[in-house]
Amino acid sequence: MSETIFRGPPDGGLLIAPLDEFTAVYHRASGITHLLTEPAPQILAVLGEGASSLDVLLERLGRDYDLDDGTREALAARLEELVEVRLVERT
Amino acid sequence: MRHDFSVRIGPVGFRIGSDWRAPITELESLYRDYPKPHDGVADFTVRLFARRSWRRIIRPSVEIGGDYMLPEAAPLPLRQGLLAAEMAMNLQMALGARRYLLLHASAVERDGRALLMTGISGAGKSTLATLLAARGWRFMGDEFALLDPATGLIHAFPRLISLKNEAIAAAESAWPDARMGPLLPATPKGDIRHMVPDTRAITAMDTPALPALLVFPRYGFEPETRPVPPAEAFVRMTQASTNYVALGEAGFRALTGLIADVPSVAIDYPDGASAIEQVEALWSAL
Repeated sequence: MSETIFRGPPDGGLLIAPLDEFTAVYHRASGITHLLTEPAPQILAVLGEGASSLDVLLERLGRDYDLDDGTREALAARLEELVEVRLVERT
Repeated sequence: MRHDFSVRIGPVGFRIGSDWRAPITELESLYRDYPKPHDGVADFTVRLFARRSWRRIIRPSVEIGGDYMLPEAAPLPLRQGLLAAEMAMNLQMALGARRYLLLHASAVERDGRALLMTGISGAGKSTLATLLAARGWRFMGDEFALLDPATGLIHAFPRLISLKNEAIAAAESAWPDARMGPLLPATPKGDIRHMVPDTRAITAMDTPALPALLVFPRYGFEPETRPVPPAEAFVRMTQASTNYVALGEAGFRALTGLIADVPSVAIDYPDGASAIEQVEALWSAL
């Protein structure tokens, strides 16, 4: 079985406006505005560098943030939420 | 349409057609100092028509029509024709405007900078704008503030001020010389009386202003002032905009820009005098 790959919107597909602890994100393809909190904007930023598996994503996030043991599951859950609202695609 | 009338309010031109003479006569009188649409072409057409032709005589009832329709819009009795015209004009703006981000807010200006006030019906948007205008602020509008996505400036939309219930007496005492429309008792919105904005509001209506303060007033509470976090202000303003979704990316950029540049403050107030004091204090602290 091949590994699940997560893909963000194409370059320029999102407009991002940090507000406070929330970040407003405009999804050009759908015209929908999302209000996101950490770590969703960070996940989208990392996926903006290229599609990746959960493990690669975890590794890339680990470069900039202190991650602990529970992070993998939490990250998988946040990714699912982003897939549900169609900001991230699973392939 | 048998009778019609055109007017420009801020940047927006309207043509109002009616099966009856009476609402048009009232509009002509109340809007007599306003200009006509640019090049004579209206942006929106509003129609006040009889539901059936015989109804014009037997039991006059005004139905609202226009380029944009809400099918459930209820007919109003003819004596409320002026209210019907106003509601129809608002509806055309709310559903049709694309050039500006429409903020359901009142606006006043001082020194080239605009104060926006938004909130649910009854929060005091119209009343506060009227009271501030009586104290030297320039009245820009009591219903819609037009945010230009290209410049970030607020354009005025100083239509007739729609005073409801106790706001009628408050405005009459602040503006004893103002021209008033007829009192429309017991409309679906309560007692309504239209007030013509002062001459300065009309002559300066083409002058936009840079937004400087966003206020969320709430009437009927002890005086209190609290900052509104940007994300909350953003969400409330998406709800207070009638065309945020329709404008797409331009709306997002305009609104996030406004929220980033302008402080947002919630004000609870027990009466007009207190609200004025709170607003003036916030303004001088900017």
